Amino acid sequence: MPCSIHSFQFKTNSLKDETLKKPGIKDRLEDLFTGIYDAYRFILRFLKQAVRPPFDFQEIIRQCYEIGYKSLPLITLTGFVTGIVFTKQSRPSLVVFGATSWLPSLIAIAMVRALAPLVTALICAGKVGSNIGAELGSMKVTEQIDAMEVSAARPFKFLVVTRIIASTFMIPVLAMYCAFVGLLGSFLNVHQNEKTSFVTFFADAFEQISFLDLGTSLVKAFSFGFTIGVVACYKGFNAAQGTQGVGKAANTSVVISMFLIFIEELVIVQVSNWIRYF
Amino acid sequence: MENQHSIDRTQRVITIRGLYKSFGALKVLQGIDLDVFKGENVVVLGRSGTGKSVLIKIIAGLLPPDKGRVDVLGKEVDTISEDELRALRLKLGFSFQSSALYDSMSIRENLEFPMIRNLPKATRSEVDKMVKETLDAVGLLDKIDRMPAELSGGQRKRIGIARTLMLKPEIMLYDEPTAGLDPVTCIEINNLINEVQERYNTSAIIITHDLACAKATGDRIVMLLEGKVAKGGTFEEVFTSDDPEVKNFYNYNFIE
Ligand SMILES: Nc1ncnc2c1ncn2[C@@H]1O[C@H](COP(=O)(O)OP(=O)(O)OP(=O)(O)O)[C@@H](O)[C@H]1O
Ligand SMILES: [Mg+2]
Repeated sequence: MPCSIHSFQFKTNSLKDETLKKPGIKDRLEDLFTGIYDAYRFILRFLKQAVRPPFDFQEIIRQCYEIGYKSLPLITLTGFVTGIVFTKQSRPSLVVFGATSWLPSLIAIAMVRALAPLVTALICAGKVGSNIGAELGSMKVTEQIDAMEVSAARPFKFLVVTRIIASTFMIPVLAMYCAFVGLLGSFLNVHQNEKTSFVTFFADAFEQISFLDLGTSLVKAFSFGFTIGVVACYKGFNAAQGTQGVGKAANTSVVISMFLIFIEELVIVQVSNWIRYF
Repeated sequence: MENQHSIDRTQRVITIRGLYKSFGALKVLQGIDLDVFKGENVVVLGRSGTGKSVLIKIIAGLLPPDKGRVDVLGKEVDTISEDELRALRLKLGFSFQSSALYDSMSIRENLEFPMIRNLPKATRSEVDKMVKETLDAVGLLDKIDRMPAELSGGQRKRIGIARTLMLKPEIMLYDEPTAGLDPVTCIEINNLINEVQERYNTSAIIITHDLACAKATGDRIVMLLEGKVAKGGTFEEVFTSDDPEVKNFYNYNFIE
């Protein structure tokens, strides 16, 4: 009995504390801006350390493997399904005009310009972002990062720089791969229905893709990759104490990087349209 | 005294003057003054939450002080450049309260890591030799290819200490090396601390709640009370005093 009374009191106390501590709008804005400033300094620190020898090539390659190779199954599946589904869904509206021969170029434009980079980035924000956030977060809360720091092992370079570089370069590769697999899926469907040959399909598909399309797509993919790496490393490296901190680091890195990916998508598409019609 | 090693009273390796540190409204350290001489083991006692861990984290440059000056081997930790701080940290060994082993790496890789990162020119066989020697010194050579998760708490502590020894430190900082261990393992760790002292001729700060550990390893004991150094002297001096706080701590330790 005394035990349960005790825990009851404990609960009410902690509840009261939480309501007391609930931050007002002013605190939140302040947190937001100090957060942005911190992130800015984090990026500067990354840029400074990234160009400064020694370079951890071995670890970068290991991270490329972790981020790139290990995401292949998921990207293959989503790319393929996206290709097939998009083809299936577009066909009825083209059939009305007797224009099903436009399918290859339509799909190619959709995949390369928009779907592949975005789908890849969102998938990787979930998979890679949460992975990095949780991994670095748990290293932070168990003092492993401090241990590296005091043994002069340059944890920022070893843990953060390598991961950001790997994700910046792997997301574009994965996005191109995703576009290719999507087109393959689309081809299978088109081949089945319209009996288009492989060569005709891809000739039609690539005819419509300009240098600007590819360039924009790559710029997008690079910035998505950089965003995922920076956000996840920042959240993990600065995780709050306790196991809660790890979960929060993983979770917020996914949410924030997805949010930023959509904003970047909007901005880059806008800019590329200006260039297109200049 | 049971420790036979020589202490050079003319040479200070750590000097702390007027050190203050708070976290928000929580005042943790409020004016710490402390000297550590070459070859000396200083034991820091104090109740949980008095800021012992914070103190050695400031010494290692992991936390910035609010006020005051901390000199380690003649360098002011808070103001030196990043490169100088790294050079200084090569001479510091920090054994964490939580051991802080890299849990994605095997024991061998844990020990190699500081060496590979700092001495890229070291050959494979040099690194191997050093790893084996150090593991042998802590008596855990047979665990070389295990993962940290497969070890017991006491073994992790010893591996943590071994990892800091890889770079042949001049100063060791031990954060509760015997906390949560059984009495026999405690004695093993105490012996290890003394062995390290003799073998590498280090100076050390040892944080502990454990009076047996303090007695076995300390040349000098200081007590932290309310953010200040309250008492200093040899074990006998501190614990024969009539200070009620000291008595309290003593009683609590031996009744528990
Ligand atoms: N990074 C931090 N942020 C905020 N508060 C902290 C931080 N580190 C320590 N503290 C607070 O400082 C106080 C002293 O902590 P410290 O870990 O130094 O205690 P300690 O003396 O080592 O205790 P123990 O014997 O339990 O390890 C505690 O109240 C703790 O909550
Ligand atoms: Mg502590």
